Amino acid sequence: MSNENTTGANGPVVRFEHVGLRYGLGPEVLQDVGFTLPAGSFNFLVGESGAGKSSLLKLCYLALKPSRGLISLFGSDIAITPRRELPPLRRKIGVVFQEFRLLDHMSTFDNVALPLRVAGTKEADVEKHVIELLSWVGLKDHLRARPPTLSGGQQQRVSIARAVIARPKLLLADEPTGNVDDAMAIRLMHLFEELNRLGTTVVIATHNMSLVERLGHGVLHIENGKVRAAPPSANRAADSPAPVDGAARGDGPGEVTHAGLGEPPGIENFL
Amino acid sequence: MLSRRSDLPLDSDAHSRFLPWLIAFMVFLAVLAMAAVLVLGATAQRWDRGVSGTLTVQLAPTDNPARDDENQKDVLALLAGTPGIERYEALGKDKLLKLLEPWLGGATEAADLPLPRLIDVKLLAGADLDARALERRLRVRVPGASVDDHRVWLERLLRLIRTVELVAGVILAFIALATIGTVVFTTRTGLAVHREAIEVLHLIGARDSYIAGQFAGRALILGLKGGLIGLALGVPALAGIGYLATTLGTAVLPQLSIGVLHWLAVIALPFAVAGLAMATARLTVLRTLAGLP
Repeated sequence: MSNENTTGANGPVVRFEHVGLRYGLGPEVLQDVGFTLPAGSFNFLVGESGAGKSSLLKLCYLALKPSRGLISLFGSDIAITPRRELPPLRRKIGVVFQEFRLLDHMSTFDNVALPLRVAGTKEADVEKHVIELLSWVGLKDHLRARPPTLSGGQQQRVSIARAVIARPKLLLADEPTGNVDDAMAIRLMHLFEELNRLGTTVVIATHNMSLVERLGHGVLHIENGKVRAAPPSANRAADSPAPVDGAARGDGPGEVTHAGLGEPPGIENFL
Repeated sequence: MLSRRSDLPLDSDAHSRFLPWLIAFMVFLAVLAMAAVLVLGATAQRWDRGVSGTLTVQLAPTDNPARDDENQKDVLALLAGTPGIERYEALGKDKLLKLLEPWLGGATEAADLPLPRLIDVKLLAGADLDARALERRLRVRVPGASVDDHRVWLERLLRLIRTVELVAGVILAFIALATIGTVVFTTRTGLAVHREAIEVLHLIGARDSYIAGQFAGRALILGLKGGLIGLALGVPALAGIGYLATTLGTAVLPQLSIGVLHWLAVIALPFAVAGLAMATARLTVLRTLAGLP
């Protein structure tokens, strides 16, 4: 579990300099964006809806190319990275899409297994890890279910499981708690914190300010296409699990059997 | 490049269901076109082999049979001194009458007709004998001697065969193009239908070749299915033509002599078409994906 930080604990995982983004010939939806995310940091990305959070994340997970400026991921300038070297880069990034983007023709199991299979993981390992993670997010009984038969909250958890199954070095989540109640939101946040504790750099776009305040991590404010960074809190993890655990314990959905995600049984096995 | 599993629901695509039948039709046509080419090729070769190594020397008859004998002797002597000739043989009168029988009737009535003398000449393999030059030399000694190397007749036949072959080749090319077009269209439709899933695969780090492999594998299977159906239809048709040819006799149709190699070529057709479909699907997907960031 100690090889997480091969990208270098010191070098930034994400670096934006003077990044601008426009769609077609329209106005710039992001202007002159510059920030760096150190390896192992936990960041919230906040801003009004329409401020450009999703666009910023899309730039980070290489679904869009910037109109100008420098984006560097894991130390590679993506503008000059050859196309065939992008897939390995993408495999280091886990994404929780706002609209989930699960593949409806596949079972929950296959959806979560996808990043491992794409990366060529052996089928025996795939099975072990996927079942372990799905039990951990409380979906063990829905391995064979197709996404359309799941509730919004369940789909969200499947999409989160898919994002973290390959133990990404960078996790990007776009409103990952939009479809679940507060208790589940806290649980999922703890999953992200757990990942973060093991070395993953995390960026979570949300407009749930109470959550941000409760967890107290670094915050990137996005407003009118510009980004303003509050310094990431240096000592995450030392903070708030206690109060939020209580909330989760009380009224979590029935299928989640673990008391709290702070000390889940066996999480080290797959994370 | 084939992926062992499929991440895209290509099997249930309605638009790809007609692909095997189109390919079956293509392969059926291709089998017939190819059979035509192979049979004509074989026939042409046989004609070429049978005739091109021979000459016929003809001596016009004079009023005097003794003179004719003399002339024939002279010509034979000349032929004996000509390089490139394997053997020569003057046709006896009985043989000549036999050749004329269909036109003149029984040999007895024609016995006193003035008949030309014919000498059958077989050339050495690969000998490049100039028939015109030989004719000029013979005429010095025997006026009215002529040398027929069957070239005019043979060239016309060969030209006809080449033309038919060319037409068949064009048909094969069209079939290949139509197959490519169909596969490109089907693949593009598939790409559009599964755009969302493909984008997700792309974003979680699937290589283009991984995605293309799924389409290529599907196209290979559909191509094989269609190809084998086409072959199953084509072979009986071919055998039927062969049967007709034998019952009608070789005078009407060239004898269908399809050798082992030809059968192999025909049997390889569905696999070639399936391979073509696979490569086409792969290239189509790779070209489309190259447009993604």
